[in-house]
Amino acid sequence: MTWTSIIIAGIITYFTRMTMVALVDRDLLGEKIKAVLAYVPSAVFPAIIFPGIFINDYGTFIEMNDPKIFGAIVAILVGYFSRNVIATILSGLFSYWIIIFLI
Amino acid sequence: MLSKKQIFTKGILAVAPHMFSVIPFGIVCGAIGIELGFSPILVYAMSIIIFGGASQIVFLQLLSGGASAFIAITSVGVINSRHLLYGAVLSEYLEKLSFIKKLLISYIVVDQGFAESNKFFQKNKTEPYLHYHLIGTGVTLWIFWQLSTLSGIILGSFVPEEIGLKFAVPLTFIAIVVQDLKKLDHVIVMITCGLSSLLFFDAPFKSYIIISPIIALFVAALVLRLKK
Repeated sequence: MTWTSIIIAGIITYFTRMTMVALVDRDLLGEKIKAVLAYVPSAVFPAIIFPGIFINDYGTFIEMNDPKIFGAIVAILVGYFSRNVIATILSGLFSYWIIIFLI
Repeated sequence: MLSKKQIFTKGILAVAPHMFSVIPFGIVCGAIGIELGFSPILVYAMSIIIFGGASQIVFLQLLSGGASAFIAITSVGVINSRHLLYGAVLSEYLEKLSFIKKLLISYIVVDQGFAESNKFFQKNKTEPYLHYHLIGTGVTLWIFWQLSTLSGIILGSFVPEEIGLKFAVPLTFIAIVVQDLKKLDHVIVMITCGLSSLLFFDAPFKSYIIISPIIALFVAALVLRLKK
């Protein structure tokens, strides 16, 4: 039963990946839709970022003095000016660790 | 003009920094499956059959919590429906590939790979072997996902929970979008999506993950109209 469910879930997931690439003719999308699609990264990834920062493991909002907020601000500033992915991630992690382990 | 190998290598290098989040997340994903009482083979098979981090965890948590198979499968579908948006963006660059190649390359489209390859595509539209970048990012993510879920299954969650490596997940996506904070229209779209995701966080089937992008894209359409 569980195996069947995994396989069905896998097929559905594969279709989410494949449909727009292989089955839908791009010409069917109008110019306006294509222009809007340029915003996809900005329209999708904050839905992973915001809950990852502001909502804890138990599904409730964090306090405003939570170290994750500080870590995120540091990561945004370092990322903005350095344009470096590793620097962004590590600065966020280290500033978060400094608060939870040293302060 | 860049060779296939050069573009493939660029893909690997572009996605490599994201392993800071992929590896700990994969370990957690493997370890949780075992902790919830599922067989190691089953937990690992999901990494090949579904190959989608968050959806794998949610699937097992729902089933072990007594939810029906229908709810577990629907949740996986809803969480992964964001790939439809990635596909719509990528189709412009993959148009010339044969149908079989499109079918194969689709399997390795993942968040971080899509994000990094899309950035490369936008800057290098005229390169003939563009898709090798997506293969580079996708294959790298696939291999590290397999290895990290496998080690989580075998060794358990050997990275201590206290160090909070889960925080690397939002950080990795901050790194992806941070340069777009320079553009006001993108900032508006990002804030719309982020606030919507908090507002709809408790919506059924984890649907906030697709509801908020849809709302944000509507706002993007409005912004485009105002810009004219």
